[in-house]
Amino acid sequence: MGISPVLWQFLNKWLTSSALFPKEASTIAPYADALYFFLLAMTLVGVLIVGALVFGFSLRYRKERNPEATQIEGSTLLEATWTIIPLVIFLVTFVWGALLYFRIYNPPANSMNIYIVGKQWMWKAEHPGGQHEINTLHVPTGRPVQLTMISQDVFHSYSIPEFRVKREVIPGRYSTVWFNATEPGVYHLFCTQYCGTLHSGMIGTVTALSPDDYQKWTDASTSGMSLAQNGERLFASLGCNQCHTGAAGARGPNLAGLYGKKVQMEDGSTQLANEAFLRDTILNPSSHVPAGYKPIMPTYQGQISEEGLIDLVEYLKSLKTNYRVQQTLTTATSTEAAPTTPGMVKP
Amino acid sequence: MVVTQPGELQEEHEHEHVHLPQHRHHFETEEQQREAASFGMWLFLLTEIMFFGGLFMAYLLYRNWYNPAFVAASHTLSIKLGALNTAILITSGFCMAMAVWAAETRKRKALVNFLGLTNFFGIAFLVVKYFEYAEKWHDSHIPGLKFSIADFGKLGVDMAQKTQVYYSLYFAMTGMHALHMIIGIVLIFWYMVRANRGEFTEGYVAPIENFGLYWHFVDIVWIFLFPLLYLIDLGAK
Amino acid sequence: MSTIVSLPDQSTAALPKRNYLNAEHGLLSWLLTGDHKRIAMLYLISITGFFFLGGAFAGLVRLELLTPAGDLLAADTYNKMFTMHGIVMIFLFLVPSVPATLGNFLIPIMIGARDLAFPKINLLSWYLYLIGGTFTLTALVLGGVDTGWTFTTPLSTHYLNTHVITTGLAIFVAGFSSIFTGLNFIVTIHRMRAPGMTWFRMPLFVWSNYAASILMVLGTPVLAIAIVLVVLERTIGLGVFDPAKGGDPLLFQHLFWFYSHPAVYIMILPGMGVISEVMANFSRKRVFGYTAVAFSSVAIAVFGFFVWAHHMFIMGVSNYSALVFSLLTMLVAVPSAIKIFNWSATLYKGSITFETPMLYAFGFIGLFTIGGLTGVFLGSLGMDIHLTETYFIVAHFHFVMVGGMLMAFLAGIHFWWPKMTGRMYPESLSKLAAVTTFIGFILTFFPQFILGYLGMPRRYHAYPADYQVLNVLSTAGATVLGVGYLLPILYLAWSLKYGEIAGPNPWQATGLEWQLQSPPLTENFTEIPYVDYEAYDFEWLAHKQKQEVTTVG
Repeated sequence: MGISPVLWQFLNKWLTSSALFPKEASTIAPYADALYFFLLAMTLVGVLIVGALVFGFSLRYRKERNPEATQIEGSTLLEATWTIIPLVIFLVTFVWGALLYFRIYNPPANSMNIYIVGKQWMWKAEHPGGQHEINTLHVPTGRPVQLTMISQDVFHSYSIPEFRVKREVIPGRYSTVWFNATEPGVYHLFCTQYCGTLHSGMIGTVTALSPDDYQKWTDASTSGMSLAQNGERLFASLGCNQCHTGAAGARGPNLAGLYGKKVQMEDGSTQLANEAFLRDTILNPSSHVPAGYKPIMPTYQGQISEEGLIDLVEYLKSLKTNYRVQQTLTTATSTEAAPTTPGMVKP
Repeated sequence: MVVTQPGELQEEHEHEHVHLPQHRHHFETEEQQREAASFGMWLFLLTEIMFFGGLFMAYLLYRNWYNPAFVAASHTLSIKLGALNTAILITSGFCMAMAVWAAETRKRKALVNFLGLTNFFGIAFLVVKYFEYAEKWHDSHIPGLKFSIADFGKLGVDMAQKTQVYYSLYFAMTGMHALHMIIGIVLIFWYMVRANRGEFTEGYVAPIENFGLYWHFVDIVWIFLFPLLYLIDLGAK
Repeated sequence: MSTIVSLPDQSTAALPKRNYLNAEHGLLSWLLTGDHKRIAMLYLISITGFFFLGGAFAGLVRLELLTPAGDLLAADTYNKMFTMHGIVMIFLFLVPSVPATLGNFLIPIMIGARDLAFPKINLLSWYLYLIGGTFTLTALVLGGVDTGWTFTTPLSTHYLNTHVITTGLAIFVAGFSSIFTGLNFIVTIHRMRAPGMTWFRMPLFVWSNYAASILMVLGTPVLAIAIVLVVLERTIGLGVFDPAKGGDPLLFQHLFWFYSHPAVYIMILPGMGVISEVMANFSRKRVFGYTAVAFSSVAIAVFGFFVWAHHMFIMGVSNYSALVFSLLTMLVAVPSAIKIFNWSATLYKGSITFETPMLYAFGFIGLFTIGGLTGVFLGSLGMDIHLTETYFIVAHFHFVMVGGMLMAFLAGIHFWWPKMTGRMYPESLSKLAAVTTFIGFILTFFPQFILGYLGMPRRYHAYPADYQVLNVLSTAGATVLGVGYLLPILYLAWSLKYGEIAGPNPWQATGLEWQLQSPPLTENFTEIPYVDYEAYDFEWLAHKQKQEVTTVG
């Protein structure tokens, strides 16, 4: 017909992909959308009221119909009305938004942890089982997944619109976000914080798989060594076990079961031993001297990559006893006897 | 209700009283002009407070985080030179106050002399500051350009590295302060020339008064910088 | 239907023989002038230039986004384009737009003064602005800068090899230009009001510029020091923000947004002042709830200082500070709502006419309402997570800054054009421009809200193909918008020579500026007036004119 092919193509595109809302693919998405619709309704009502006032008055009081204006000073009652009503609505929005915020940023205790390292211009994902991915992320559905993220260079931001989650990825500091995917599928993954020339190339996909498929994927893509196993090797090769033997009177504190505990510091403060604490202590030991120990630990800044740090952190998190620490040591120095029954060791 | 008729042409409005040549015609009275100038100066000092305020915020934050590094790095500064400079600057501030007094009491010679003294001490401050900076260069304490942590062996290497933050702030804060001093010194030279012509001793003292405010502000910034940068943890030494 | 307000007969009107435009001649008389009106004109010319420069960058950005692939510009060129667009539009157009042109021209006249308190500093402001502009152009000519206008560290300090230092200096210098403008306004408003001109007799335009000046004076120095530290970090390697040396890049964010959030109020508040004037005048009524509108400006200025961290909700500020800043953000939205309702109520029982400034003002009210309410989306913590750093935020601030501020600026330019030049603009053409701008604007930026909720990140050179349709709409709208902005510059230039002679008070407005000849004398008032009437007192005006008729007759 007379319609030009370009226009036709455009119309076709418009009709087939005219999504107004992204898919809801996580447990958080319906909550976010609920607030969004509330806010949309608020906007619509606001615009309608203002529009009705402006248009209504313009018609009713235009010069042709009302040649003489009546001077009115104002009205305290009205002022109070349109101060208080918006205020109340905004406060509702505030509370609702805050609840959603805490829902998005406070992960459930049982979530599985995946590490993300951002660098110009790629996303690396490190699964606990040792699977590595670049610019993709495979996650199971129906299970809370927490991302512990860090940047090697500049600010990045990890955004999965279909899950309605996003968090800045900061150099030198872990940040976290979590989600629970509900629908298997392939979703957008964006870097949303401007990070230099190829910012728009720092994109990828998040693939949500059903638990079975996820298991298959995990088995197929494992590198054979889990993060904790890598970390154990690193722990020995960097000589950490020389001081952190786990024995009483050792130069370094016992690390078994440390993760998640509150640690008493030399300067009197207490610090929570979370991932960030473990990482920062390896890099900046002088800022984290535990009570009763001397600040003799050297810094490992510049000696371990972010991936290596992740391995070490995972290892320390998994470290429940010192049996293997001491076992690796005895093969070298054999100053301490290895316990006969693993698992019975006193920390 | 008096509103000027549009298009009406009038000759320059005649003021009945005799007024200073420095009176600007958009001001109704000299009083108004003087008040406006001083109000403007105070506002400008407010912007200066915000300017330095950013640096002080940074200082407070990092001092809290890296207290051992700040203490150790602070001990590499010479308290003697710092104290000397404080004394120099207070003296200079006193001379400036005397200069304002001289202008107000219409003593031309005294005004020029006191401005000169103010400037002399201002320059002396910068000379001392130069020697302090030179020492920093010699000791490799300038982050980015010439830096080594050799002097901070007692701290862990990681904490010793954090002294760079201290020195960054030290140079940023004292550098910005010195820049304000330099601007002030240049202005004083100009004011000296004008004062010598007798411009400020015939009742028109606003520039000297306002410049005095600026100079005292710069002094006060130093009064904060000195203890914050030099005297950290003095008692514990 | 569209009658111009009942004017005194203009056919006999002639331009006054002596006025500020012809008081002196020659280029130097302009470049060395101390007259606030001439400086306002200098600003008007220079910001218009930078506006079209910034608009050209925006045009290229929109053209690139016509297709999903990054095919028109290289990635780094695209990044330079949006960076330059942001820097030019924010620091060289929006911040000085209304205050430095209309404010400069009108504030002294509105309060009955002969000039600003410090005319030489006023001129210095313009030169600083020009130096800032020149530095920006230099950076552009040398190869541009691609940090984004936000200068995020460590990207800006360690990872880019473009002209960050030159641009940083440009912003530093331009910042001092706006500090001096703000300082001048505050002193003038405090110290130079004519006898009888009490605070609550001042036009709301003066109030809103006063509030914006406070923000300029207190906020800009913090930006200045943040920029200085970035420059020092790049040049000699100081480490205040450098994580490798122990510095914290988040500190830069705090310092930067401590200025840059109040900066959006610096941009919008003077525009709100224009709207108050226009709404009152064309409904022939005093602004409804004058005191509430005046105080809401001050409230915006005060609250505006305590909301900066809402730019950092997803950056790892603590939960408590996120809560506090979100709450304060909600509070700062209230005064804007108050203003909107007061303007609407001003129409009630008015006698409304629809000249171009009024059309622009209606455009402002519509677009600013949407822009303001979508700001509440972003201030709400949980919603911000999904929306921030996407096109939603781009749409939001363009609704406020372009839909709000630029509409207000054009409303003001049209409203006071007769006063500034002595000649009228062509009415029907300008109405066409106002409508074109409005339609083009909606078409350009409304799709971006949807794009944002779909998740399209901002500052993307290439994007997934499913976002194309909305991007095509947006680019199409930008074309219309471009026409809408080109029209005024053409017919306003034309009107300088061929426009109808306006006479002193073509709008029959009440402000002091309208009681003078158009264009005014260099000294504004031959004799400082005594003000004995409230702002927007149309009864006073009618009374006065009756008296004049009787005395003349």
